[in-house]
Parts: sequence; structure tokens; C-alpha cells
Amino acid sequence: MSEQLALLPAYLTGHLQITLLALLLATIVSVPLGIAATRIAWLERVALTMTSAIQTIPGLALLAVMVPLLAALGLPSIGYLPAIVGLTLYALLPILRNTATGIEGVDPSLIDAARGVGMTPRQQLLRVEIPLAAPVIVAGIRTATVWTVGMATLATPVGAISLGNYIFSGLQTRNLAAVLIGSAASAALALVLDGLVRMVETGVRRRRRPLVAAGGALAALLYGYAALAALPALHRERTIVIGAKPFTEQLVLAEILSVWIGQQTHRSTRILPALGSTVAFDALKAGEVDVYVDYSGTLWTTILRGAELPQRREQLLEQMRARLRSEHGVTLAAALGFENAYVLAIRESEAALRDIARISDLKPLAPTMSMGADYEFFSRPEWRRLQELYGLRFAAQRTMDPSLLYPAAARGDVDVVTAYSSDGRLETARLRVLEDDLAAIPPYDAVILVGGQLAERDPEVLRALAALENGIDVTTMQRMNLAVDANGYSPAQVAGNFVRGWRPRPTPRADLPSEPPGPP
Amino acid sequence: MGACIELRGLSRRYGQRLAVENLTLSVAAGELLALVGESGCGKTTALKMINRLVEPSAGRVLLDGIDVTRGPAHQLRRRIGYAFQRIGLFPHMTVAENVGITPSLLGHDPARIRTRVDELLALVELDAGDVRDRMPAELSGGQQQRVGVARALAAAPDVLLLDEPFGALDPLTRDRLRTSFHAIHRRLSLTSILVSHDMSEALLLADRIAVMRAGALVQVGTPSQVLCEPADDYVRGMLETPMRESRQLTGLLEQANPASAAGAR
Repeated sequence: MSEQLALLPAYLTGHLQITLLALLLATIVSVPLGIAATRIAWLERVALTMTSAIQTIPGLALLAVMVPLLAALGLPSIGYLPAIVGLTLYALLPILRNTATGIEGVDPSLIDAARGVGMTPRQQLLRVEIPLAAPVIVAGIRTATVWTVGMATLATPVGAISLGNYIFSGLQTRNLAAVLIGSAASAALALVLDGLVRMVETGVRRRRRPLVAAGGALAALLYGYAALAALPALHRERTIVIGAKPFTEQLVLAEILSVWIGQQTHRSTRILPALGSTVAFDALKAGEVDVYVDYSGTLWTTILRGAELPQRREQLLEQMRARLRSEHGVTLAAALGFENAYVLAIRESEAALRDIARISDLKPLAPTMSMGADYEFFSRPEWRRLQELYGLRFAAQRTMDPSLLYPAAARGDVDVVTAYSSDGRLETARLRVLEDDLAAIPPYDAVILVGGQLAERDPEVLRALAALENGIDVTTMQRMNLAVDANGYSPAQVAGNFVRGWRPRPTPRADLPSEPPGPP
Repeated sequence: MGACIELRGLSRRYGQRLAVENLTLSVAAGELLALVGESGCGKTTALKMINRLVEPSAGRVLLDGIDVTRGPAHQLRRRIGYAFQRIGLFPHMTVAENVGITPSLLGHDPARIRTRVDELLALVELDAGDVRDRMPAELSGGQQQRVGVARALAAAPDVLLLDEPFGALDPLTRDRLRTSFHAIHRRLSLTSILVSHDMSEALLLADRIAVMRAGALVQVGTPSQVLCEPADDYVRGMLETPMRESRQLTGLLEQANPASAAGAR
């Protein structure tokens, strides 16, 4: 808990920075656009249609889409920029709509009066229309504020630090306290900022200048704090950015790399957690992430593609090393020495009863059995190869959340499930892993990838990482995963202990596993 | 001394409909002309073409012989006071800021504006010390209308345009306000055009009356000319209500007090 709370200032500051900047930009764009829309009929239609369309995109998808979009434009696609662009786009609509509504809502007799007393169109706007529409415009900013604070928690997967870091990593590592801290802090921030804007709104509505001034001063203080907090980042010596996909093993490995690099080279590091699977590789190539761990089979099928997949671990690693270097400028620094492969598993009692040890044994039984898999497995090439080589035809196929697979198998809701070979809970789940006797599933060696910039800039780090070659065996990885998933340790604690030479011990069998670490 | 106004063949078309048709009329400097007619007859449109709140489809408006379309509209409007039934006081400004708006647009210095505002509030019979820093919403309807007139007069205009400024008031207030307006008009020797649908108001206040019907001018004349020789049944119809009311009132007065009624005659 206190370890989590120690992160609060950094996360809250990051959250505040992206929220405030997005709101400022949205206001700067929307207010003039809203005013122009009241003068030009087609502009109002176009602007409202476009901003409404943006609103219909789910928040997470909007932010995620920014990554390839910005990358295509040659801009930084990971971190603050995609978060701020996405949040700004999202905040446009309420401010735009309220500005147009507010200006259009000004009593026509006041417009007549403004012209009648001899105001120019500009004076009419600045002295009459904007002041009278101000309460409505500020109300729009208030709506946008609450939305943006909430949506900023979704900035974590695109690499911006926010209170969402608590929520995403907490959900992955089953750390309820972290999820609660993140949610509560985000709600509290929303309430505070809402209160602040409401103060300005009330002041504007009732024409209480001191209230407006006080609200404006507080807002200026917040902006000042956010800007000051951003300053050191500009001058700081470049830190090494370590990426992680959103599951336990990745978080543990990222922490291990962070501690290891710090210990061996005294470089400072920063972890970007919860990056999407292909986002991580793209970010590495673009130089926004310097180091992360991926898996050989995954890289071969999603990034390198094309050629026939080498079935032997060493062979695959060797070919990958060459192709990553020549085609993508990415260095494979080390293979950690364990695999996180897809495996098929079956309830131990049933396996014993029917004498099933290999996938081949399933073939005659499959038509009477059902199979459960995570969301992507049935659409992956591995599944096609399994069907081809073993001739498997199950009576039913079900897709479910990874966290539900083991319990479903244990209850007998499904007979065969996909599992992950480095999942710590596999050992305790009363499931038997079936041997892939025809070698349908490729190797999934965990490999440390290093981006071209870091490799060139800092060969010392590369050497330090290379020393991790074969540094983690599968049992160690399983136990580290279990320590986080079932025993309440944080990834940082497990990683710190690992680097100090401690190896987790086998833990007693748990009755039911709750959640495997995620797909490779 | 006010300016003279000339309307020459003024027309305004809205789509197929002619709101004002070939209106020719002149108002002498210092004169108070009432423009009367039933609602929708085009009198407000005609008035708004003088300060270019509405641009004419055809014809010209001359102010002291100079076409009003020469120069920017906002500069013209700063020379022409304008007060209308819905008043249009800016709700986010104090009374003083409302009255001083045109002088401030003209760039007069604040001290001069403050003195001017107090003078004008006194002119429209408001207690400057009491009302100057209040917001319009805190005033009664009659007080607001007075502020509206003060605002129209603030930049010492040559011409005052009034569009049913007394319409929405209770009879007592309306009567007091008419009286003070009449005094102000005389004292400042303004050229004023008063749009009204109320013939009694026109008869009591105006030097001359112009009657409009369906966008066109029906009759122009002094109150006694209009009263004695109405041009047609339309004008006669408009006179009917004030005449009947005055007869009824005279009758009532005679019944109540024959001696004084007889003496008044």
C-alpha cells in the first residue's frame, strides 16, 4: 500500500499535466471555432458533425489509433503526444457545442442594441456576445474537464503517465489496492477540477468578479505547477525507456531489466507499462522505447512473417537475430532462457482416467470434447497448424477471458484449454500440460530487444543486457509470476529480489488458480 | 441643433414581400415626427433603414444632405440615438456603463463620460447616485426605459430614433415618460422620429404625423390636419379609438362635475 502511495505524486502530476494541456488546447480550438460556426452556417454543421463523430469512438480506441496515426506523420507516437492529441479531440465537442449555443442564445434585442449604439462587429462580439455567452461556454469547459480527467486514465497504454498506471497494472497483477487508489485519485481530481471550474462558472453567471478572479488564479497556479513539473524532464539526461505489455510476466521482466541496468551501468531508467502488443515493437523501432522483452514465436508470426517458421529454438533465434537487425535495425540482446509458449492442458483427473499425455492422444476423443481458448488463439496460425497436424475437431470451441480458462477447465465446463507455459499457476492448477509431439506450436523464447538508437549510443547497456542470456529458467519465471499473481508481491519486489540473487521457492498448491499471466 | 433627414424612394424587400415601398419623407431639423400605423405596416423597417440596422433594397437616406451609406455603419450609428421597446440594456453592464457605452466607443475619457452619465440620468429624472452602479435587472420597467433613453442621448446625437419606447409601460409611467421625453426633445432641439401604433401618443407629442399602411405612406400632416382631414378610411379608423375615448371621458367628467366641465370648455 505505502509502496503504491509513493507513486501517487508522479502519477497525479502526469495525469494533471495531460488533462490541463488537453483542456487548454481544446478551449483554444473550440471557442473560436464555435464563434465562427455561428457566423458560417456550413461550418457549424461540419464542425459539430466531426466532433460528434469523434465522441462516438470509444476512448481507448481513439487513444490507441493516435499511435499509428502519429507514427505515419513521423511524430513521436508513444507517450504524451498521442495522449494529449486524443484527449484534446475528445474535449472539443462540449466546448464547441456550448460556445455555439451560448452565442446563438444571446437575446436578439441585445444584438440590435449593440449595433444601434455603434459597435463594430468585433466590439459586438467582445463586449456583448462573448460576455453573455460566457456562463454557457464555461459550462462546456466544465463538462470537458470531467470527461478528460476520466479519460486520461486510458493514456497509460499509449505510454503517458497517468493515474491509469495504477488501474492498468493493478488489474494485471490483481492488486486491488492499486486499482482503488487509481480510481479514487482520479475521481477526487475530477471533483476538485469540477469544483474549480464551477466556481468560475458561478462567478461568470452571477457576475461576481472576485469569484472569477479567485477561480482563475487557482487555475493559473495549477497550470504553473504542471509546467514547472514538466521542466526537469526537458533538461534531464536521457533515461532508458523500458516497455512492457500488459501482463504480469512483462511487468516483472521490465522491473528486472530496470534494476539490472541500474545496478550494472548506473543509467536511469523509466518503465512504460501496458503497451499494446504491436505498439511495443513499433515504439522500439521509432526509438520511443529502448528495451523490451518479446517472444520469438510471436515476433516471427506478427512482425517478420512470410517465411516458413523454423521449429527448433536455436534455429529460430539465429534467423530472427539476423532478420531483426537487417530488416528493422533492432538488436536481439539476449534470450532469457525460458519460453512462454501456448500449451494445451486438460484436467489432471480426466487425463489420468483416459490416459492422455500427448496432443495426439486427443484426436479420437476430440469430437466428444469442448475446447476453451483466450480471445486470439483460434485466429492464430498456431491453431491452424494444430488442426492440420493433429486432425483435431472439437465438438465445441469457446473463447473466454484468460482469467476464466483454468477455473472453467477445473469445473469441467470445458475439457481442453489453452495455457501459457511460464504461468506460475499452471503448476498449482491440477491441469496436465499435453506434449506437443508433432511440434505444431513454435518456440516462444523470451528475448530482450534493444532499439537501434540505444544500441548505438550506449554499448555498455547492450553488454549488460547480453549478460542476462539464459539468466532465467522456466521454473524461476513461473515462480516469480506466481509470487505476483497469487501471493501479493509487487513486480518491483520480485524483480529486486531476483537481481539480488534470491530465487523464489515453490509455493504450496492453491486450490483454484485465478488468472494466468496472459498471452505470449 | 438636430440634423434634417430625407428619405428618398426608400424600399425594402424581404423575398417576395415588400415591407417598405417607395417611401419619400423629409423631417426638418428639430422636428418631432411620429410614424404611425398598425403592426406590420413597415414603420419599424423604415426607421431601421435610417441608422442602417436594415439596408434598403432601393432608395436613399440623407442626413443633412449626405447619404448615410457614405462611411462605415457603426460610425453613423454613434451619431444617431436609438431607443426601442425591448430597451436592450446590456445585462452584464452597470447602468452607468450602459449609458456611457457610445461615448466609450468614441474613445472619450472616463472622467468626461462619468460627468456625462450623471447629467443624462438627471435629464431622464433618475437619481444618479442611486442607480448608476446598479445592474439593469435591479431596476423597474419605467426606470429601465429611462436608462434606455439616456443611453440613446449619451453621445449628444443629432437625431433620435425611438421605436415604441413607451409601449410596455403602465399608463401612469408611460404618461410621465412621454412628458419628460417631450421636454428633452425641446430642450436639446433634437430631430426625433417616434414610431408608434398609438395614434393618441402621436397626436399629443408630435409636430407632424406620418401614417403608413402596408409599406406605403398614406398621409403626412400636423396633428390637427390629420385630425380634421383624415386622408382615407384607414386613417379615420386609426383616429376612431382616441376620439371615442376622449368623448367618453368628457361625458363622464360632465356627469361627475358639470360646472368644471363647462368651465373647461
